This record gives sequence, structure tokens and C-alpha cells, in this order.
Amino acid sequence: MNNKQLLAASILSAFAATGAQAQDLNISITNLTQGIHFTPLIVAAHNGDASMFSVATTASTELQAMAEGGDISGLDTMLMAASADIQANPGAGLLAPAANVETMLTTTDGNMYLSITAMMLPTNDGFVGLDSWAIPSEAGTYTIWLNAYDAGTEANDEMIVGGAGGAPGTPGIPAAPGGNGGTNGTGVSDSQFNTNIHIHRGALGDDDMAAGNSDLDNRVHRWLNPVAKVTVTVQ
Amino acid sequence: MLHFKRLAPIALAGFLTACGGSSSTNGDPNANPMPVPTPDPVPTPAMEYQYQVTVTNLTNSQPLSPLALVLHETGQVWQIGQSASTMLENLAESGDNSGVMGADFVVSSASNDGILLPGMSAEVMIMTTDMMASNFSLATMLVNTNDAFTGLNAIDLSMMEVGGMMMFKPGVYDAGTEGNTEMPGTIPGPADGGEGLNVARDDVDFVAMHPGVVTADDGLSSSVLTGEHKFDNPALSVKIMRMQ
Repeated sequence: MNNKQLLAASILSAFAATGAQAQDLNISITNLTQGIHFTPLIVAAHNGDASMFSVATTASTELQAMAEGGDISGLDTMLMAASADIQANPGAGLLAPAANVETMLTTTDGNMYLSITAMMLPTNDGFVGLDSWAIPSEAGTYTIWLNAYDAGTEANDEMIVGGAGGAPGTPGIPAAPGGNGGTNGTGVSDSQFNTNIHIHRGALGDDDMAAGNSDLDNRVHRWLNPVAKVTVTVQ
Repeated sequence: MLHFKRLAPIALAGFLTACGGSSSTNGDPNANPMPVPTPDPVPTPAMEYQYQVTVTNLTNSQPLSPLALVLHETGQVWQIGQSASTMLENLAESGDNSGVMGADFVVSSASNDGILLPGMSAEVMIMTTDMMASNFSLATMLVNTNDAFTGLNAIDLSMMEVGGMMMFKPGVYDAGTEGNTEMPGTIPGPADGGEGLNVARDDVDFVAMHPGVVTADDGLSSSVLTGEHKFDNPALSVKIMRMQ
């Protein structure tokens, strides 16, 4: 093979491996945890230049707003500017523990990668994430297991402080939607060691709901990876 | 190319023979070929689907209750977000696998009939002659927990060929039927020797993935468990080989 043939072959195989063409996707997302809610999800197919997050890099302000307060409007705007195909808040609100949401996404040419994020509550800046999964061109059903990430933008003090805690840069957890959070925690940590996006070390919690370091319940608000199961059906 | 040239004349010869054969009958309208009696069908032995399942306990200190391996066409042993069946509740709280193995949708079942200790493997054969019973499920309790179990739910083996192999690394699920108090007297395994099944459902009452045990060493002062009993995903390694 000469170079031209090689180039052609590699382009062909690249196109064969992932969906360069418009595709219809059925996407099912299940919260696998027993005690953690997901804030409104944002699901997007985008090109290779765009992304919602990348591990071991600093979170964008848009990702920070999602991870600390569940606000996906910034990510939505950013993805629209990148001509992504977007489903914002497909579950119309919180995705409760072990609950499932299904959504459709029709991708346009060139939007070959799928990304998903949502904040995990109650955490300081924990989120469930899928970063740039190459959408297969071959019809079929594909399963992806998602991990919990830490945006690296806020100390994991594990103190539930109400709505203000959702503002970027404001310490604390905005809410425990299960109604099972504690009070009077003195704070687990006041600094963030790894300020890049990384795999979340998990919540610590404690066994005193009215005192202790943490306002989280160590029997309820912990998790192990994976925290979500995504099933993508390529039609 | 050489192979194709060599094969081509043989294939052509076969084609010609077939034409010749048919023309001798079709050419003579009066031909009345002797009816060939249809032989009685020889009863062929029912096809048996046989799988060798190798299960390894990957945990540090969580013995696994006797395995429940089942083949089925319909049904699920569990579903995330759904209430656990009483059969699964019994397995996850006490380690009793009889309910799951005897579930009405189960076509064939098998077990290792013993405790699978951490770091150990068990090899279990499971078989059926029912072609439609091609879903495989496996469940076993982590006995030093309130209601944790691990396994596989309704894995489709229908595309598996003889000699084929599938590997899985399942995580740990929580039956959601008993609160994870880790209190003395609530855990049947050797860490406690407490109660097994308690039909009261005092937890979320849906199946989810397990948050992990906290233990007394990690901040749950009332826990009977120690750091030794902590686990992470995966808890199990499962290799399925189709033998027949």
C-alpha cells in the first residue's frame, strides 16, 4: 500500500468504528446508588473538539456550576456553541436513588462522542460523568458504567448549608434531597488537595446526625463505583 | 487463488452431475419413480446445553453463601429500583439460596453447596436441554453484611458457541430489605453470628448497588464489623464456558 491508500484505509476504519453520520440513539440512564440523588442530567453528542470535562484538568466554570450546585445552564450554552446535540434535564428534575430515565438523542454529522454529567447530592462537588464516549456506528445496544468524579473546585467539608452552598465558590452542600442529612457538623475538610478533576474518594460521613465532623450519614451517603449504568441503543 | 483454481473444476463437476440427474426424470413424462418410503425419524437425543461456571471470591474477608446458579428463559433475579423478591431477600439476609434456585421461572439450577471463602474459587456445572433457557443468573450473599449480595442477572448465553467463554466482574448489590446498621446480632456471618432472615423491611425496599460497609474502624461506632470486612467493586470474578 502506498501512503494514499493507507490514509484512505485509516479514514475508512475511523468512520467504521464510530458514528460520523447522523444517528438515532436511545439512552437509558440508571442511578445505581442506594442513597445519592442526581441533579438534572445533561446528555450531549458532540465533536472531538468539545467536552464537558477531562480528568486531570481544571474544571471549567460551567462544569463547576454543575458540580457544586447542579446548574447545567452554563454547560448547555457551551455545548450549543459547539453545535452539540443536547438533551438537558431529560428526567425533569432529580433522578432518585435506583431510578431510571430514558431519552432520545438524534446526532448530527460529526457529533461522534457522547458525554453525560450530573451533580451527586449530597456532595460538595461530586458528579457522575461520562466523557467523550465514541458512539459506535454499528446498530446495537451498548452498556457503559459511570464513575463518580470530584470537580476539584470545593473542599469536601460535608456540611449541609442550604441553597447558598450550591453557588460556585461557596463552601458546603446545598441539600440532601433524601431528607436524611444531619446538622451541626464541624467540617471534614477545609481544603482541596487535588484541584483537578479526579475520581471521587467517596464521602466519609459519620454516625452522629446532630454533631460530628460530617452532616452526612456514613451508612447512607457513601457509594462505591460504578454509580450509574448507561445503556445506549444505536438504531 | 491456487486453492480456488483447484476447487473450481470439482464444483463444476458437481453441478453437471446434478443437472444430469434431474434431466433423466424430467425428460420422460411417463417416468414413474418408485416411491421411496420415508424412514421413521430416528429420535435424536435432546441437545444438552452445558456450562462450566468458575466463581472466585475477590473480597478480603467476606465469605460467600452457597451459590445460586440458575438458567431461565424469562424472569429476573433482581432489578435495580425494584423491590426485592422474598426469595432474594432470604438469600441476601441469611444466605439461603433455596428460594432463588426454586423460583417459578427457573428451568435448571446448580450450586457449589458450600461457603466460598475469600480468595477461593468454585467450579460448578449447570446444564439444560431447554434451548430457550439461555438466560444465566447467579446470586450469593456477602455473609458479613446485613443484606449485601453479588452475582449476575439474566445474562444472555444464547449466542455462545461450544468452547466459547464469557468473563464478568460483578459488583456488590444491596437488597434494600434490611437497614445497614451493622449492629451486633444482625449479621449472620462469622463476624457476628447474628440473625439471618428478618421479614420486616426496614430499609429503602428497592435493590441498588451497595454503598459499602462502614465498620467500627471507619466511623460507625455501633458496628460489629472491622476494617477487615470492607470491600470494593468488583467482589467476584465469574468465568462461564460452554462445554456442550
